[in-house]
Amino acid sequence: MIRASEISIVQSSRAAWIAGLVGLLLLLALLAAPYWAGRADMRLLSEIYLYLALACLWNILAGYAGLVSVGQHAYVGLGGYMLFALAMFGGINPLVAIPLAGLIGGVASMLVAVLIFRLSGAYFAIGTWVVAETFRLSFAQVSALGGGSGTSLPAGIVTAIGDGRDGREAIIYWGSLGIAVLVLAAIFLLLRSRQGPALKAIRDNELAARSLGIDIWRSKFIIYVGASTLTAMVGAAIFLQKLRISPDAAFSVNDWTAFVIFIVVIGGIGTLEGPIIGTIVFFLLRETLADLGPSYQLILGLVAIVVMLRAPQGLWGFVRSHYRIELFPLTPRAIDSQSKKDI
Amino acid sequence: MEWVNAVIQGILLGGLYALFAAGLSLIFGVMRLVNIAHGDLIVLAAYIALTIATTLGLNPFLALLIVIPVMAGLGYGLQRMVLNQTLGDDILPPLLVTFGLSIIIQNGLLVLYTADPQKLSAGPIEVASLTIAPNLTLGVLPILMFAVAVAVIAGLQWVFYRSALGRAFRAVSDNQDVAQLMGLNKAHIFGLAMALSLAVVGIAGVFLGIRTSFDPTIGSGRLIFGFEAVIIGGLGNLWGTLAGGVILGVAQAIGAQINPGWQVLAGHIVFLVVLAIRPRGLFPRIEQ
Amino acid sequence: MHEPLLSIEGLSASYGDFQALFGIDLTVNEGEVIAIIGANGAGKTTLMRAICGLVKRQATRAEFGGMPIIGLRPDMIAKSGIAMVPEGRQLFRSLSVEENLVIGAQASRKGPWTLEKIYTMFPVLKERRLTPATALSGGQQQMVAIGRALMSNPELLLFDEISLGLAPIIINAIYEQLPALVGGEMSAIIVEQDVARAVSVSDRVYCLQEGRVSLEGASGDVSRDAISKAYFGV
Repeated sequence: MIRASEISIVQSSRAAWIAGLVGLLLLLALLAAPYWAGRADMRLLSEIYLYLALACLWNILAGYAGLVSVGQHAYVGLGGYMLFALAMFGGINPLVAIPLAGLIGGVASMLVAVLIFRLSGAYFAIGTWVVAETFRLSFAQVSALGGGSGTSLPAGIVTAIGDGRDGREAIIYWGSLGIAVLVLAAIFLLLRSRQGPALKAIRDNELAARSLGIDIWRSKFIIYVGASTLTAMVGAAIFLQKLRISPDAAFSVNDWTAFVIFIVVIGGIGTLEGPIIGTIVFFLLRETLADLGPSYQLILGLVAIVVMLRAPQGLWGFVRSHYRIELFPLTPRAIDSQSKKDI
Repeated sequence: MEWVNAVIQGILLGGLYALFAAGLSLIFGVMRLVNIAHGDLIVLAAYIALTIATTLGLNPFLALLIVIPVMAGLGYGLQRMVLNQTLGDDILPPLLVTFGLSIIIQNGLLVLYTADPQKLSAGPIEVASLTIAPNLTLGVLPILMFAVAVAVIAGLQWVFYRSALGRAFRAVSDNQDVAQLMGLNKAHIFGLAMALSLAVVGIAGVFLGIRTSFDPTIGSGRLIFGFEAVIIGGLGNLWGTLAGGVILGVAQAIGAQINPGWQVLAGHIVFLVVLAIRPRGLFPRIEQ
Repeated sequence: MHEPLLSIEGLSASYGDFQALFGIDLTVNEGEVIAIIGANGAGKTTLMRAICGLVKRQATRAEFGGMPIIGLRPDMIAKSGIAMVPEGRQLFRSLSVEENLVIGAQASRKGPWTLEKIYTMFPVLKERRLTPATALSGGQQQMVAIGRALMSNPELLLFDEISLGLAPIIINAIYEQLPALVGGEMSAIIVEQDVARAVSVSDRVYCLQEGRVSLEGASGDVSRDAISKAYFGV
């Protein structure tokens, strides 16, 4: 018999400590990548970081807040275009322009949210897509940014980023890594805060959450604007790395929404670990199968459907249900404080 | 006169958009499913018609006789084998599975038919026109398409409110548990609803292919037009969907008249404006 | 002796992780009216839903008319001759009164009940046959729900809390009709909060308590004391 006083609710476990330590070492190694990795490897790593960030953000929207958006590419593109506009017309250093682009994306997302929050469930999803299309077609009309064919970042702006090509690439690399860390940290803190359980309550049962006094509209609004702000920052970083932008590339549903959804579904939606696993799997698949072209995407679509039907919790959900481990200590567990065993 | 002409063309185009929308609206009404692959299925229907037209040498209108049953059968199978497993309280599985389906269809078509634009050729009817007024000529084809759209909407309206099948659709939509107690097999009813939806998609696909050139990537655009027509017209109202399609078509025609780059954009903006001032659409069904 | 119409042994049912029924044994003989009583949350409605196949359930044996019914879909069970008047009536709100009745015949079983007979029994429904079903008064809605269930010509009719939310005078009127409906060809299971009424209209009574049968007996034989003991578990 266990008395209530002997139970303590803890949010950490040994696996989490080990994961934290490994994570820290990994982060240090990745920070030093400009000193040990080649240029192509660094580009690939940057791309992985940015996809990881997009996946984590989409996961927060769809997996936690129940906002299933298929239009987050609106903010990737907007962020990219704002970076170009701020650098080209405002003379702002591109690295400074990244957070500013994020802020502009955040303000835009507030206006968008007021409109599309009127749509519920699946219609919300397509509504977000319409918004992204509206952005794409609008930017195609802006001739100062190259209209439909797009534009490149002028050489003068590029050289101002850092000394020499290696220096620039290192700075852009660190920028991407920094954004990924920022996004992960923001999400981790959000889920450990009071908002975390509130979000879970909303996702599980909106009606019950409302009766608990949770302002659902406000919670969702905050998450949507927060995620869109960070998505716009990621978008800015993506196009700083590419140095070239066009409406079709910036607002590509394939690149910035379909792949991201694939990552989260494969890894495990509604978990923090899922997008990380999913990103690794996605890049492994891409590096080995991408030469197949359309067939490769066809395979991705099939895999996503099979996972959704047969293992809706994704790879991480599968692992977790079989081994009960957690890398990010988020799920509160009741523990017998004398034996230290789960109850 | 140019403007009058543009508006009339827009109205007629709206019929096609209502066809895109009708199937979407139908399955949402019966099972609360939003099919993200809807647009890609329209394109798939156009390619099936293309294959039939080229291999059998048939006129695309005759190809409809094969395309409609093929699409309906595909819809029934898809629903029974895949989509029924995704339905439940959670909206994520159906959304993500149909999203995956959209990617599969699009890329499957790319593999089979490449990205080259294709077109269905309907023969002399494509250039036939009627002179209404001295400066106003209307194509026979757009008029025909609009008439078919009205007929399809009227037919769906009849099925939904006058037939035993429609009664079953409405019963399952109202209360799935009790509908089963009446001896209705939910999985089968949903299969029939998807079959009917894709039969309409078959018609829409053939008309799309006759009207414009198409390639495997244009599906998402058709989904969005259909979706906009549904929301503008008001959920659950088929005649409203037709009106929504017409409003969208007119908005696009006026946009294009001002600047060719604004055609689609103008439609999106009208949609967003309707969402801002009448979030339930212009003609929502009155709920009791 | 005849085989019972419905015979259930060891029936359990659960909603997800929550188990609501534990090893229920229940028999209904041909022409019999069974009453099921019990406190709120005792599992009465779950038992009705389990018989119809609307909740996940297991049983060591469950046969209706000699045919196993575990594993059958709800629509197949309906077609085999079990109909239910669900708690809270649950009419189809986008169907008219007549459409609600007609859809009851979807199971397409032969028998005495037709639209005309329902209208003869409840003339007010004929007057309002084109009205949306949910626009009727509570009592009239209950008539539609009963008529809808009868339209399938069931051998076993389940009534789940038919008096819930109705005025006493209407409840009386409905129960007065009951003998005309059941007995003879049709058997019935009645879930009723009003214990006195449940005992008076039934041949046998079962009392449920926390998902288990706590009392079973001929309605004429069970004492008030035994019932209140089985009801509250004291």
